[in-house]
Amino acid sequence: MFEASRLHKRFGQHVVLEDVSLRFEAGRLSGIMGPNGAGKTTCFNLLTGRYAPDRGKVTFEGRDITGLPPRAIARLGISRSFQVMNLFDDYSALDNVRVALPETRARGLSMLGAFGGETDVLARVGLAGKENVKAKSLSYGDRRALEIGVALAARPRLLFLDEPTAGLGTEGTARIARLIAQLKRSITIVMIEHDMKFLFGLADHIYVMHWGQVIAQGSPAMLRANPWVQRSNLGQLG
Amino acid sequence: MLLRTKGDWLAGWAPAPMLATFALFASLPFWIKGVGLYPYLGVEVMIWIIYALGFNLLLGYGGLPSFGHGAFFGVGAYAFGLAQFHLAPNLWLCLGAAVLAGGLAGALAALFISHRRGIYYALLTIAFGQIFWFVAIKWHSVTRGEDGLLNIRRLPADFGFAAFALDKLEHLYWFCFALFVLVVVFLWRLANAPFGRVLSAIRQNETRARFVGYHVWLYKWLAFVLSALIAGLAGGLFALAQQSAYPNVMSLHQSGIVVMMALVGGGLLSFWGPVIGAVLFFLARDLLGAYTEAWLLWYGLLFMAIVLFKPEGLAGLFHVRSKPAA
Repeated sequence: MFEASRLHKRFGQHVVLEDVSLRFEAGRLSGIMGPNGAGKTTCFNLLTGRYAPDRGKVTFEGRDITGLPPRAIARLGISRSFQVMNLFDDYSALDNVRVALPETRARGLSMLGAFGGETDVLARVGLAGKENVKAKSLSYGDRRALEIGVALAARPRLLFLDEPTAGLGTEGTARIARLIAQLKRSITIVMIEHDMKFLFGLADHIYVMHWGQVIAQGSPAMLRANPWVQRSNLGQLG
Repeated sequence: MLLRTKGDWLAGWAPAPMLATFALFASLPFWIKGVGLYPYLGVEVMIWIIYALGFNLLLGYGGLPSFGHGAFFGVGAYAFGLAQFHLAPNLWLCLGAAVLAGGLAGALAALFISHRRGIYYALLTIAFGQIFWFVAIKWHSVTRGEDGLLNIRRLPADFGFAAFALDKLEHLYWFCFALFVLVVVFLWRLANAPFGRVLSAIRQNETRARFVGYHVWLYKWLAFVLSALIAGLAGGLFALAQQSAYPNVMSLHQSGIVVMMALVGGGLLSFWGPVIGAVLFFLARDLLGAYTEAWLLWYGLLFMAIVLFKPEGLAGLFHVRSKPAA
């Protein structure tokens, strides 16, 4: 469904990604893990159009999308959430989601029409009843849920989630885990995650990155047996 | 969302502050002399409210600080006069020329600035404002330099079935009021239509707007063009009312006044902020101005006090904060 082959990216002298190839199959939840600075988020930024790769190719459903701007990639049905929250803070939860609806996007230049649109996204991410609360007044856990909600509102076929549990405690993480388990039934998901227990419980296929390269990949079961992964403390999952 | 009930319809098309504003200006000719002021003041204030509301589309909704907006007001004023002198003395043509010229000048300037944000955006708008101002002063054969265009006529408003001589103040007032109503309703709808909401979303988070699929540059460009169109219209009306067009309206100082109106009134928080700001400005000019030459000093101090203590502006006093649900 989505394929990145031989991506290279450097910022100045600093090589951030080197020869990274990834493949995300439709209907699966793929994970990307690795220590801080491994290049995971940069990788997401290349895949979703924030930066263009120096070399390499990105294709989505057979179409070359290398170097397309974020808006063009979003319009193909690819959505993403952010590690550091990126919400429309002055808007209510409902308006945050409404702005992201494909219908709103299609008539965004309408100057006299009404702004609105019905959506069940808030209920799906557990924010029912909080439609009219401003994004900035929501609790941290609710904001993380809304972060995913805004990405979902675009009704993506492929959803990139950048550390959806960043900063959350056990309870908050469990809530997001339930949500993602439910989402993966209908959407192809790619997720960056630090919390290995969380990732191993949800993912079908995982890429392990280190120093800007993919050092291992496979199913969670395979990775548990991988010596590289075990050596980097990932094997202690039990 | 469809506007279902009568209450929704009213809130969507004619909310209370709009009705209050219209009531104020519809009744103004009948009491203004009674309080020691004069009807022409109403014309001036309406023109500046049009200008300030259009400006606030950019500042308040788009978060785009344009500090050289007087340029487009001035271009509109000159276009009104020049169209009258060189094309045809027809009011509609002249106003159309004012709107078009303001919009074209804005479209051109916006090409160079719409990929910028914050201080860079502000500095570039100042630069463009200065360029237009300089041209107005130096291009003597067209603009008559520092004197400006004099003897602009108040052309009759010909509606086909009836014509009104606008050199009669009463007619001028109601003509401006009619346009004022149209522009205010249009801008209010615009602000609450998908375009205005998306523009505001871009102000809140440009990155996210991009990743949701919006062409951010296009929205910022269009916001500038619309705002310049409105400024051009206000400038055209100004030339009509003042019967002249001069470079002073394009100066940095004049451009600053509209920024103050928007901010003092609370344009960052409320669509209606610039209305309060413009009314207050002219009241300060005429009431304080009657006592002291230094009225602008007091208005400036008020501006500073508001920025210090009530940064969201006077509209913040009336604004009901939305409470988080329990």
